[in-house]
Amino acid sequence: MGYLREFTKGIIKENPTYVQVLGMCPTLAVTTSAMNGLGMGLATLSVLTMSNVVVSLVRKFIPQKIRIPAYIVVIASFVTMVDLLMHGFTYELWKTLGLFIPLIVVNCIILGRAEAFASKNNILASFLDGLGMGVGFTLSLLLLGSVRELLGNGTIFGYRIWAKDYSIFIMILPPGAFIVLGLLAGFFNSISLKFKGSKKG
Amino acid sequence: MKIFLIFVSAILVHNFVLQRFLGICPFLGVSKKIDTAIGMSFAVLFVMVLASSITWFLEGILRALGIGFLRTIVFILVIASLVQFVELFMKKFSPALYEALGIYLPLITTNCAILGLAILNVQLEYGFLEMLFHSIGTGVGFGLALILFASIREKLDLQEVPKSFQGTASALITAGLLSMAFMGFQGLVKL
Repeated sequence: MGYLREFTKGIIKENPTYVQVLGMCPTLAVTTSAMNGLGMGLATLSVLTMSNVVVSLVRKFIPQKIRIPAYIVVIASFVTMVDLLMHGFTYELWKTLGLFIPLIVVNCIILGRAEAFASKNNILASFLDGLGMGVGFTLSLLLLGSVRELLGNGTIFGYRIWAKDYSIFIMILPPGAFIVLGLLAGFFNSISLKFKGSKKG
Repeated sequence: MKIFLIFVSAILVHNFVLQRFLGICPFLGVSKKIDTAIGMSFAVLFVMVLASSITWFLEGILRALGIGFLRTIVFILVIASLVQFVELFMKKFSPALYEALGIYLPLITTNCAILGLAILNVQLEYGFLEMLFHSIGTGVGFGLALILFASIREKLDLQEVPKSFQGTASALITAGLLSMAFMGFQGLVKL
């Protein structure tokens, strides 16, 4: 039961994007389509899970004072691996995501989870925490990417939902990212406010 | 002439925050007051120019040794230690400056704008002078966006906003409008 909670908390209750507001740069930059959002989410998910496991594994050997640089080296190694793997196997996606793959290193979610969770908990819990946070992040990116692709181009994953004439092109451009994310954040806030209200009343 | 164009385009056309989406965390985090926004802008400008100059030289070494794939690890370590070093140095030699910028420095390590700029300079294959002006322009552009945004948010705090849109949600929509305004500069410089 306890372990299940470590997994599920990242998806809704402590969702990294909408609740904790972490890792905004990749969230806004790469979600021009559902596919890009999914790709970025999965890349972050794998780095987050692996770095959580390794940090948890070595947590007893690392002196307190140099722990942050040590975590950064662990994370940077995994990011380099993911970068090279994506270059080899999913070249098109690698090219679209571009600069933002090496920048997974400075995604605050990953260092945040290493510092706040993996450095204090055992391997299984850290693994599930990383997986849950990663899934939460991936779902947020997928949602944002789908909404932007639908509004801006009339498609989701390339499947046409409505004709291109009805689409709002600016939603794919940078301002659209801020506006769609702002509206979604407001939407989720209003749901959680309602939920809390009905619980009290 | 080309250097001047790079400088202007880094500030207005390819603004790091509003067009390239780098450095969003401090952009949303420390933009509640104009004073802190100004402090943060100068700290970022300073570290940006220093870090990208050093990583530019390091890239040359990495290329010469044929280990370019280690770039991400090397750059982030250099930036992290550089920030620590600058902090110590400032504390010792310029306490006044440390008072003003000190608290923002640790935050800068995980600012993706710094690492992003270092990698971007490599990808664009800039020479030293171009790199220098690109970095200064980027820092100035970051400051401009941050200070503008902080000024708007100070006003926004006084307005009535629906409860579910308070805080981040309304800030994001404001940033979207600001970004739309910056899109007006799109045709200004052709590189």
